[in-house]
Amino acid sequence: MSKINEILKQKNEELPLSIVKRLDKMYEDGKIKNKYLEAVVDAVIDAYGKAKIEPGEGVGVIAAQSIGEPGTQMMMRTKHYAGTAMDVTRGLPRLIEIFDARKIPKTPMMTIYLKKEYNTLEKAEKLAHAIRETRIRNVMKTTRLNFLKFEVEVEIDNNELKKRGVTLSKLEKTMKEKYGDAIRFEKNLLIVKSKKKSAAALQKLKREVQDMNVSGVKGISYVVVQKEGNDYVLYTKGSNLKGVTQVKEIDFHRTKTNDILEIEKVLGIEAARNALVYETLITLKEAGLTVDPRHITLVADTMTADGVVKAIGRHGVSGDKASVLARASFEETVKHLLKAGAYGEVERLKGVVENIIVGQVIALGTGVPELILKPDLFKEKKK
Amino acid sequence: MEEENDIKIDISKHEFVPKHELLSDKESEKLLKELGVTRLQLPKILKKDRAIHHLKAKRGDIIKITRNSKTAGKAIYYRVVI
Repeated sequence: MSKINEILKQKNEELPLSIVKRLDKMYEDGKIKNKYLEAVVDAVIDAYGKAKIEPGEGVGVIAAQSIGEPGTQMMMRTKHYAGTAMDVTRGLPRLIEIFDARKIPKTPMMTIYLKKEYNTLEKAEKLAHAIRETRIRNVMKTTRLNFLKFEVEVEIDNNELKKRGVTLSKLEKTMKEKYGDAIRFEKNLLIVKSKKKSAAALQKLKREVQDMNVSGVKGISYVVVQKEGNDYVLYTKGSNLKGVTQVKEIDFHRTKTNDILEIEKVLGIEAARNALVYETLITLKEAGLTVDPRHITLVADTMTADGVVKAIGRHGVSGDKASVLARASFEETVKHLLKAGAYGEVERLKGVVENIIVGQVIALGTGVPELILKPDLFKEKKK
Repeated sequence: MEEENDIKIDISKHEFVPKHELLSDKESEKLLKELGVTRLQLPKILKKDRAIHHLKAKRGDIIKITRNSKTAGKAIYYRVVI
Protein backbone atom coordinates (compact mmCIF):
# COMPACT_ATOMS: atom_id res chain seq x y z
CA MET A 1 0.00 0.00 0.00
CA SER A 2 1.28 3.40 -0.89
CA LYS A 3 2.00 6.11 1.63
CA ILE A 4 -0.94 8.23 0.43
CA ASN A 5 -3.34 5.33 0.77
CA GLU A 6 -2.13 4.76 4.33
CA ILE A 7 -2.83 8.35 5.28
CA LEU A 8 -6.24 8.22 3.64
CA LYS A 9 -7.11 5.07 5.53
CA GLN A 10 -6.09 6.69 8.80
CA LYS A 11 -8.35 9.61 8.07
CA ASN A 12 -11.10 7.35 6.75
CA GLU A 13 -11.33 9.37 3.56
CA GLU A 14 -11.38 8.39 -0.09
CA LEU A 15 -9.90 9.95 -3.20
CA PRO A 16 -10.16 8.80 -6.80
CA LEU A 17 -7.41 6.52 -8.01
CA SER A 18 -6.05 9.05 -10.51
CA ILE A 19 -5.50 11.65 -7.80
CA VAL A 20 -3.91 9.14 -5.43
CA LYS A 21 -1.54 8.07 -8.21
CA ARG A 22 -0.52 11.64 -8.94
CA LEU A 23 0.12 12.35 -5.27
CA ASP A 24 2.13 9.16 -4.98
CA LYS A 25 4.29 10.15 -7.91
CA MET A 26 4.91 13.62 -6.52
CA TYR A 27 5.84 12.15 -3.17
CA GLU A 28 8.22 9.65 -4.70
CA ASP A 29 9.84 12.33 -6.83
CA GLY A 30 10.48 14.32 -3.68
CA LYS A 31 8.24 17.19 -4.66
CA ILE A 32 6.34 16.88 -1.39
CA LYS A 33 8.43 16.89 1.75
CA ASN A 34 7.67 14.27 4.33
CA LYS A 35 6.65 16.66 7.06
CA TYR A 36 4.15 18.44 4.79
CA LEU A 37 2.65 15.29 3.32
CA GLU A 38 -0.28 15.10 5.67
CA ALA A 39 -1.09 18.78 5.22
CA VAL A 40 -0.99 18.35 1.45
CA VAL A 41 -3.31 15.36 1.58
CA ASP A 42 -5.66 17.33 3.80
CA ALA A 43 -5.67 20.20 1.32
CA VAL A 44 -6.34 17.82 -1.57
CA ILE A 45 -9.23 16.17 0.26
CA ASP A 46 -10.64 19.62 0.95
CA ALA A 47 -10.26 20.78 -2.65
CA TYR A 48 -11.70 17.53 -3.97
CA GLY A 49 -14.71 17.88 -1.72
CA LYS A 50 -15.29 21.40 -3.02
CA ALA A 51 -14.91 20.30 -6.63
CA LYS A 52 -17.57 17.62 -6.34
CA ILE A 53 -20.94 18.42 -7.82
CA GLU A 54 -23.58 19.33 -5.27
CA PRO A 55 -26.49 17.02 -4.58
CA GLY A 56 -29.56 18.06 -6.53
CA GLU A 57 -27.63 19.85 -9.26
CA GLY A 58 -29.23 19.54 -12.68
CA VAL A 59 -26.35 17.71 -14.31
CA GLY A 60 -28.41 16.63 -17.31
CA VAL A 61 -29.20 20.21 -18.28
CA ILE A 62 -25.56 21.18 -17.88
CA ALA A 63 -24.49 18.23 -20.04
CA ALA A 64 -27.03 19.16 -22.70
CA GLN A 65 -25.77 22.74 -22.84
CA SER A 66 -22.14 21.71 -22.76
CA ILE A 67 -22.55 19.44 -25.76
CA GLY A 68 -25.10 21.61 -27.50
CA GLU A 69 -23.15 24.84 -27.57
CA PRO A 70 -20.02 23.42 -29.27
CA GLY A 71 -22.42 21.58 -31.56
CA THR A 72 -23.55 24.90 -33.00
CA GLN A 73 -20.00 25.55 -34.11
CA MET A 74 -19.73 22.29 -35.98
CA MET A 75 -20.03 22.16 -39.68
CA MET A 76 -23.34 20.99 -40.97
CA ARG A 77 -21.87 19.03 -43.81
CA THR A 78 -18.58 17.34 -43.24
CA LYS A 79 -17.45 14.18 -44.85
CA HIS A 80 -13.81 13.94 -44.38
CA TYR A 81 -11.26 11.80 -42.67
CA ALA A 82 -7.76 13.06 -42.22
CA GLY A 83 -5.10 11.08 -43.99
CA THR A 84 -7.00 8.29 -45.65
CA ALA A 85 -8.71 8.03 -48.96
CA MET A 86 -11.89 7.08 -47.21
CA ASP A 87 -15.12 8.91 -46.73
CA VAL A 88 -16.30 8.77 -43.16
CA THR A 89 -19.18 10.75 -41.73
CA ARG A 90 -17.84 13.32 -39.31
CA GLY A 91 -18.98 16.51 -37.71
CA LEU A 92 -22.57 17.22 -36.80
CA PRO A 93 -24.13 14.46 -38.91
CA ARG A 94 -21.98 11.90 -37.10
CA LEU A 95 -22.86 13.34 -33.69
CA ILE A 96 -26.55 13.11 -34.51
CA GLU A 97 -26.02 9.57 -35.73
CA ILE A 98 -24.38 8.55 -32.46
CA PHE A 99 -27.06 10.04 -30.21
CA ASP A 100 -29.86 8.72 -32.40
CA ALA A 101 -28.41 5.21 -32.03
CA ARG A 102 -28.95 4.50 -35.73
CA LYS A 103 -29.13 0.84 -36.68
CA ILE A 104 -26.41 1.14 -39.29
CA PRO A 105 -24.09 4.15 -39.55
CA LYS A 106 -23.98 5.99 -42.85
CA THR A 107 -20.37 5.01 -43.35
CA PRO A 108 -19.55 1.91 -41.34
CA MET A 109 -15.84 1.58 -40.70
CA MET A 110 -13.47 -0.58 -38.74
CA THR A 111 -10.03 0.04 -37.32
CA ILE A 112 -8.08 -3.18 -37.17
CA TYR A 113 -4.81 -3.68 -35.34
CA LEU A 114 -2.47 -6.57 -35.99
CA LYS A 115 -0.83 -9.01 -33.64
CA LYS A 116 2.85 -8.36 -32.96
CA GLU A 117 4.15 -11.11 -35.20
CA TYR A 118 2.17 -9.80 -38.17
CA ASN A 119 3.01 -6.15 -37.65
CA THR A 120 4.97 -5.53 -40.85
CA LEU A 121 3.99 -3.68 -44.00
CA GLU A 122 4.08 -6.79 -46.19
CA LYS A 123 1.98 -8.88 -43.89
CA ALA A 124 -0.44 -6.01 -43.29
CA GLU A 125 -0.93 -5.53 -47.01
CA LYS A 126 -1.37 -9.23 -47.57
CA LEU A 127 -3.97 -9.33 -44.83
CA ALA A 128 -5.70 -6.29 -46.27
CA HIS A 129 -6.28 -8.29 -49.43
CA ALA A 130 -7.33 -11.34 -47.49
CA ILE A 131 -10.07 -9.69 -45.46
CA ARG A 132 -11.50 -7.62 -48.28
CA GLU A 133 -14.66 -9.33 -49.38
CA THR A 134 -14.44 -10.94 -52.79
CA ARG A 135 -17.57 -12.17 -54.45
CA ILE A 136 -17.87 -13.90 -57.78
CA ARG A 137 -19.20 -10.69 -59.29
CA ASN A 138 -15.92 -8.94 -58.43
CA VAL A 139 -13.76 -11.45 -60.29
CA MET A 140 -15.85 -12.28 -63.36
CA LYS A 141 -15.78 -10.93 -66.87
CA THR A 142 -19.23 -11.98 -68.04
CA THR A 143 -22.07 -14.27 -67.08
CA ARG A 144 -24.12 -16.18 -69.59
CA LEU A 145 -27.26 -18.21 -69.12
CA ASN A 146 -27.57 -21.40 -71.08
CA PHE A 147 -31.29 -22.01 -71.42
CA LEU A 148 -30.79 -25.28 -73.27
CA LYS A 149 -28.83 -27.07 -70.56
CA PHE A 150 -30.10 -24.85 -67.73
CA GLU A 151 -26.65 -23.77 -66.69
CA VAL A 152 -25.04 -20.55 -65.54
CA GLU A 153 -21.68 -19.89 -67.17
CA VAL A 154 -19.39 -17.46 -65.43
CA GLU A 155 -16.19 -16.35 -67.10
CA ILE A 156 -13.58 -15.73 -64.41
CA ASP A 157 -11.10 -12.89 -64.80
CA ASN A 158 -7.72 -14.36 -63.91
CA ASN A 159 -6.01 -10.99 -63.54
CA GLU A 160 -8.58 -9.73 -61.08
CA LEU A 161 -8.36 -13.02 -59.21
CA LYS A 162 -4.61 -12.64 -58.87
CA LYS A 163 -4.96 -9.04 -57.76
CA ARG A 164 -7.19 -10.09 -54.93
CA GLY A 165 -4.91 -12.95 -53.95
CA VAL A 166 -7.37 -15.75 -54.63
CA THR A 167 -6.35 -18.90 -56.45
CA LEU A 168 -8.58 -20.74 -58.87
CA SER A 169 -8.36 -23.90 -56.80
CA LYS A 170 -9.55 -22.05 -53.70
CA LEU A 171 -12.45 -20.66 -55.66
CA GLU A 172 -13.29 -24.14 -56.84
CA LYS A 173 -13.16 -25.46 -53.31
CA THR A 174 -15.55 -22.86 -51.89
CA MET A 175 -17.92 -23.37 -54.81
CA LYS A 176 -17.83 -27.16 -54.34
CA GLU A 177 -18.73 -26.74 -50.68
CA LYS A 178 -21.90 -24.92 -51.60
CA TYR A 179 -23.01 -26.59 -54.82
CA GLY A 180 -21.27 -29.94 -54.73
CA ASP A 181 -21.30 -31.76 -58.04
CA ALA A 182 -23.49 -29.17 -59.72
CA ILE A 183 -20.42 -27.15 -60.68
CA ARG A 184 -17.57 -27.82 -63.04
CA PHE A 185 -14.73 -25.86 -64.58
CA GLU A 186 -13.81 -25.57 -68.21
CA LYS A 187 -10.54 -23.63 -68.22
CA ASN A 188 -11.61 -20.38 -66.57
CA LEU A 189 -15.26 -20.89 -67.28
CA LEU A 190 -17.25 -21.73 -64.16
CA ILE A 191 -20.41 -23.64 -64.91
CA VAL A 192 -23.19 -24.18 -62.41
CA LYS A 193 -26.07 -26.47 -63.26
CA SER A 194 -29.54 -25.55 -62.08
CA LYS A 195 -31.58 -28.09 -60.19
CA LYS A 196 -34.93 -26.79 -61.37
CA LYS A 197 -35.43 -26.58 -65.08
CA SER A 198 -37.12 -23.21 -65.37
CA ALA A 199 -36.00 -19.83 -66.61
CA ALA A 200 -36.96 -18.12 -63.33
CA ALA A 201 -34.90 -20.57 -61.28
CA LEU A 202 -31.95 -20.00 -63.57
CA GLN A 203 -32.14 -16.23 -63.12
CA LYS A 204 -32.27 -16.72 -59.37
CA LEU A 205 -29.27 -19.03 -59.48
CA LYS A 206 -27.33 -16.46 -61.50
CA ARG A 207 -27.82 -13.84 -58.83
CA GLU A 208 -26.94 -16.32 -56.11
CA VAL A 209 -23.73 -17.35 -57.83
CA GLN A 210 -22.69 -13.76 -58.45
CA ASP A 211 -23.19 -12.87 -54.79
CA MET A 212 -21.28 -15.90 -53.59
CA ASN A 213 -18.48 -15.02 -51.18
CA VAL A 214 -15.15 -16.44 -52.34
CA SER A 215 -12.79 -14.97 -49.79
CA GLY A 216 -12.60 -12.25 -47.19
CA VAL A 217 -14.93 -11.02 -44.50
CA LYS A 218 -18.51 -10.30 -45.45
CA GLY A 219 -19.41 -6.63 -45.63
CA ILE A 220 -15.87 -5.29 -45.98
CA SER A 221 -15.61 -3.66 -49.36
CA TYR A 222 -12.36 -1.73 -49.10
CA VAL A 223 -9.23 -1.82 -46.94
CA VAL A 224 -6.47 0.76 -46.48
CA VAL A 225 -3.20 0.12 -44.63
CA GLN A 226 -1.71 2.96 -42.64
CA LYS A 227 1.15 3.34 -40.24
CA GLU A 228 0.31 4.80 -36.88
CA GLY A 229 3.22 5.09 -34.49
CA ASN A 230 4.73 1.61 -34.47
CA ASP A 231 1.60 -0.11 -35.69
CA TYR A 232 0.28 -0.90 -39.10
CA VAL A 233 -3.42 -0.28 -38.94
CA LEU A 234 -6.06 -1.47 -41.37
CA TYR A 235 -8.98 0.85 -41.99
CA THR A 236 -11.92 -0.85 -43.60
CA LYS A 237 -14.96 0.37 -45.38
CA GLY A 238 -17.85 -1.65 -44.08
CA SER A 239 -17.99 -3.28 -40.70
CA ASN A 240 -18.29 -6.82 -39.47
CA LEU A 241 -16.90 -7.23 -35.98
CA LYS A 242 -18.19 -10.75 -35.62
CA GLY A 243 -16.65 -11.71 -38.96
CA VAL A 244 -13.15 -10.55 -38.11
CA THR A 245 -13.04 -12.61 -34.92
CA GLN A 246 -12.24 -15.51 -37.20
CA VAL A 247 -9.18 -13.86 -38.69
CA LYS A 248 -6.31 -15.08 -36.54
CA GLU A 249 -3.74 -12.45 -37.58
CA ILE A 250 -5.59 -9.49 -36.09
CA ASP A 251 -5.37 -8.19 -32.56
CA PHE A 252 -9.07 -8.39 -31.83
CA HIS A 253 -8.75 -6.80 -28.42
CA ARG A 254 -7.83 -3.46 -29.96
CA THR A 255 -10.07 -3.69 -32.99
CA LYS A 256 -12.83 -1.11 -33.15
CA THR A 257 -15.84 -0.35 -35.28
CA ASN A 258 -17.92 2.80 -35.50
CA ASP A 259 -21.11 0.74 -35.52
CA ILE A 260 -22.18 1.06 -31.90
CA LEU A 261 -25.09 -1.34 -32.10
CA GLU A 262 -22.76 -3.98 -33.49
CA ILE A 263 -20.46 -3.48 -30.51
CA GLU A 264 -23.47 -3.90 -28.23
CA LYS A 265 -24.33 -7.16 -29.91
CA VAL A 266 -20.82 -8.61 -29.94
CA LEU A 267 -19.18 -7.14 -26.83
CA GLY A 268 -22.08 -6.23 -24.56
CA ILE A 269 -23.66 -3.11 -23.15
CA GLU A 270 -20.67 -1.82 -21.21
CA ALA A 271 -18.53 -1.93 -24.33
CA ALA A 272 -21.28 -0.05 -26.17
CA ARG A 273 -21.16 2.63 -23.52
CA ASN A 274 -17.40 2.94 -23.93
CA ALA A 275 -17.82 3.08 -27.69
CA LEU A 276 -20.40 5.85 -27.39
CA VAL A 277 -18.02 7.93 -25.30
CA TYR A 278 -15.07 7.18 -27.56
CA GLU A 279 -16.88 7.99 -30.81
CA THR A 280 -18.37 11.20 -29.43
CA LEU A 281 -15.04 12.41 -28.11
CA ILE A 282 -13.27 11.66 -31.40
CA THR A 283 -15.94 13.44 -33.41
CA LEU A 284 -15.73 16.50 -31.21
CA LYS A 285 -11.95 16.43 -31.14
CA GLU A 286 -11.71 16.29 -34.89
CA ALA A 287 -13.90 19.36 -35.14
CA GLY A 288 -11.45 21.10 -32.81
CA LEU A 289 -13.82 21.25 -29.88
CA THR A 290 -13.27 20.17 -26.31
CA VAL A 291 -16.08 18.97 -24.10
CA ASP A 292 -15.47 17.59 -20.64
CA PRO A 293 -15.76 13.79 -20.87
CA ARG A 294 -17.99 13.75 -17.79
CA HIS A 295 -20.84 15.27 -19.78
CA ILE A 296 -20.49 12.63 -22.43
CA THR A 297 -20.25 9.75 -19.98
CA LEU A 298 -23.49 10.98 -18.40
CA VAL A 299 -25.24 10.86 -21.77
CA ALA A 300 -23.76 7.45 -22.54
CA ASP A 301 -24.84 6.12 -19.14
CA THR A 302 -28.37 7.37 -19.75
CA MET A 303 -28.48 5.79 -23.18
CA THR A 304 -27.35 2.40 -21.86
CA ALA A 305 -29.13 2.38 -18.49
CA ASP A 306 -31.77 -0.13 -19.57
CA GLY A 307 -29.34 -2.72 -20.85
CA VAL A 308 -29.83 -1.80 -24.51
CA VAL A 309 -28.63 1.24 -26.41
CA LYS A 310 -31.48 3.73 -26.54
CA ALA A 311 -31.54 6.86 -28.65
CA ILE A 312 -31.83 10.32 -27.20
CA GLY A 313 -35.20 11.50 -28.43
CA ARG A 314 -38.68 10.43 -29.31
CA HIS A 315 -37.96 6.75 -29.88
CA GLY A 316 -35.63 6.34 -26.95
CA VAL A 317 -34.95 8.04 -23.67
CA SER A 318 -37.56 10.82 -23.98
CA GLY A 319 -40.23 8.57 -25.42
CA ASP A 320 -39.90 5.97 -22.67
CA LYS A 321 -40.32 8.34 -19.74
CA ALA A 322 -42.76 7.23 -17.09
CA SER A 323 -44.57 10.56 -16.86
CA VAL A 324 -47.36 11.30 -19.33
CA LEU A 325 -46.94 15.07 -19.14
CA ALA A 326 -43.20 14.84 -19.67
CA ARG A 327 -43.72 12.79 -22.83
CA ALA A 328 -46.54 14.99 -24.06
CA SER A 329 -44.49 18.14 -23.59
CA PHE A 330 -41.71 16.77 -25.79
CA GLU A 331 -43.15 15.61 -29.09
CA GLU A 332 -46.42 14.15 -30.37
CA THR A 333 -48.46 15.75 -27.61
CA VAL A 334 -51.89 14.57 -28.67
CA LYS A 335 -50.83 10.98 -29.22
CA HIS A 336 -49.46 10.65 -25.69
CA LEU A 337 -52.41 12.36 -24.01
CA LEU A 338 -54.95 10.27 -25.91
CA LYS A 339 -53.12 7.06 -25.10
CA ALA A 340 -52.79 7.99 -21.45
CA GLY A 341 -56.53 8.66 -21.32
CA ALA A 342 -57.38 5.40 -23.03
CA TYR A 343 -55.18 3.30 -20.76
CA GLY A 344 -55.86 5.24 -17.56
CA GLU A 345 -52.26 6.20 -16.86
CA VAL A 346 -51.46 7.91 -13.58
CA GLU A 347 -49.34 11.06 -13.42
CA ARG A 348 -47.20 10.91 -10.32
CA LEU A 349 -45.58 14.33 -10.70
CA LYS A 350 -42.13 13.10 -9.74
CA GLY A 351 -40.07 14.65 -12.50
CA VAL A 352 -39.08 18.14 -13.49
CA VAL A 353 -41.20 18.86 -16.56
CA GLU A 354 -44.47 17.70 -14.99
CA ASN A 355 -44.00 19.95 -12.00
CA ILE A 356 -43.23 22.98 -14.13
CA ILE A 357 -46.44 22.34 -16.09
CA VAL A 358 -48.58 22.24 -12.95
CA GLY A 359 -46.67 25.12 -11.39
CA GLN A 360 -45.00 23.39 -8.47
CA VAL A 361 -41.49 23.54 -7.07
CA ILE A 362 -39.30 21.19 -9.08
CA ALA A 363 -37.11 18.53 -7.54
CA LEU A 364 -33.83 20.18 -8.48
CA GLY A 365 -31.29 22.11 -6.46
CA THR A 366 -32.96 23.63 -3.41
CA GLY A 367 -36.21 21.91 -4.39
CA VAL A 368 -34.71 18.51 -3.56
CA PRO A 369 -34.44 18.41 0.24
CA GLU A 370 -38.10 17.68 0.68
CA LEU A 371 -37.53 14.43 -1.13
CA ILE A 372 -34.38 13.48 0.72
CA LEU A 373 -35.74 14.18 4.22
CA LYS A 374 -38.77 12.02 4.80
CA PRO A 375 -40.59 13.61 7.78
CA ASP A 376 -42.64 10.49 8.51
CA LEU A 377 -39.54 8.36 8.87
CA PHE A 378 -38.14 10.88 11.32
CA LYS A 379 -41.18 10.71 13.59
CA GLU A 380 -41.09 6.93 13.69
CA LYS A 381 -37.50 6.88 14.80
CA LYS A 382 -38.12 9.37 17.61
CA LYS A 383 -40.74 7.16 19.15
CA MET B 1 -32.90 -15.46 -29.25
CA GLU B 2 -29.79 -15.48 -31.36
CA GLU B 3 -27.08 -18.05 -31.82
CA GLU B 4 -25.80 -18.73 -28.35
CA ASN B 5 -22.06 -18.43 -28.29
CA ASP B 6 -20.65 -18.49 -31.76
CA ILE B 7 -17.73 -16.21 -30.98
CA LYS B 8 -14.74 -18.24 -29.95
CA ILE B 9 -12.50 -15.35 -28.97
CA ASP B 10 -12.40 -14.23 -25.35
CA ILE B 11 -14.07 -10.83 -25.52
CA SER B 12 -13.36 -9.91 -21.92
CA LYS B 13 -9.87 -8.76 -22.89
CA HIS B 14 -11.15 -6.26 -25.44
CA GLU B 15 -10.24 -2.64 -24.74
CA PHE B 16 -13.87 -1.64 -24.53
CA VAL B 17 -14.98 -4.39 -22.16
CA PRO B 18 -14.46 -3.57 -18.46
CA LYS B 19 -14.24 -6.17 -15.71
CA HIS B 20 -17.60 -7.73 -14.85
CA GLU B 21 -18.03 -9.56 -11.56
CA LEU B 22 -21.01 -11.35 -10.09
CA LEU B 23 -21.93 -10.29 -6.55
CA SER B 24 -23.02 -12.94 -4.08
CA ASP B 25 -26.46 -12.63 -2.44
CA LYS B 26 -24.89 -11.38 0.76
CA GLU B 27 -22.83 -8.74 -1.03
CA SER B 28 -25.87 -7.67 -3.05
CA GLU B 29 -28.01 -7.11 0.03
CA LYS B 30 -25.24 -5.17 1.69
CA LEU B 31 -24.77 -3.00 -1.39
CA LEU B 32 -28.47 -2.23 -1.77
CA LYS B 33 -28.65 -1.21 1.87
CA GLU B 34 -25.58 0.95 1.50
CA LEU B 35 -26.89 2.73 -1.56
CA GLY B 36 -30.44 2.89 -0.25
CA VAL B 37 -32.00 1.67 -3.48
CA THR B 38 -34.01 -1.29 -4.68
CA ARG B 39 -32.87 -3.63 -7.42
CA LEU B 40 -35.26 -2.03 -9.87
CA GLN B 41 -33.60 1.34 -9.50
CA LEU B 42 -30.21 0.10 -10.61
CA PRO B 43 -29.12 0.30 -14.26
CA LYS B 44 -29.77 -2.90 -16.14
CA ILE B 45 -27.86 -5.46 -18.13
CA LEU B 46 -29.46 -8.14 -20.27
CA LYS B 47 -29.04 -11.75 -19.23
CA LYS B 48 -27.83 -12.62 -22.72
CA ASP B 49 -25.23 -9.84 -22.71
CA ARG B 50 -21.99 -11.16 -24.19
CA ALA B 51 -19.82 -9.74 -21.43
CA ILE B 52 -21.59 -11.71 -18.68
CA HIS B 53 -22.10 -14.88 -20.63
CA HIS B 54 -19.40 -16.73 -18.72
CA LEU B 55 -20.70 -15.61 -15.30
CA LYS B 56 -23.93 -17.59 -15.72
CA ALA B 57 -25.91 -14.91 -13.92
CA LYS B 58 -29.60 -15.27 -13.09
CA ARG B 59 -32.28 -12.59 -13.30
CA GLY B 60 -31.99 -10.23 -10.35
CA ASP B 61 -28.29 -10.81 -9.77
CA ILE B 62 -26.13 -7.75 -9.43
CA ILE B 63 -23.05 -7.32 -11.58
CA LYS B 64 -20.19 -5.19 -10.34
CA ILE B 65 -18.40 -3.40 -13.15
CA THR B 66 -14.98 -1.89 -12.64
CA ARG B 67 -14.54 0.72 -15.34
CA ASN B 68 -11.41 2.47 -16.40
CA SER B 69 -12.34 6.09 -16.10
CA LYS B 70 -10.45 8.90 -17.76
CA THR B 71 -11.21 11.31 -14.95
CA ALA B 72 -11.19 9.13 -11.84
CA GLY B 73 -8.81 6.36 -12.86
CA LYS B 74 -11.17 3.66 -11.72
CA ALA B 75 -14.93 3.79 -11.31
CA ILE B 76 -17.28 1.18 -9.95
CA TYR B 77 -20.72 0.74 -11.46
CA TYR B 78 -23.49 -1.73 -10.77
CA ARG B 79 -26.05 -3.27 -13.06
CA VAL B 80 -28.83 -5.66 -12.29
CA VAL B 81 -29.41 -8.62 -14.60
CA ILE B 82 -32.79 -8.65 -16.38
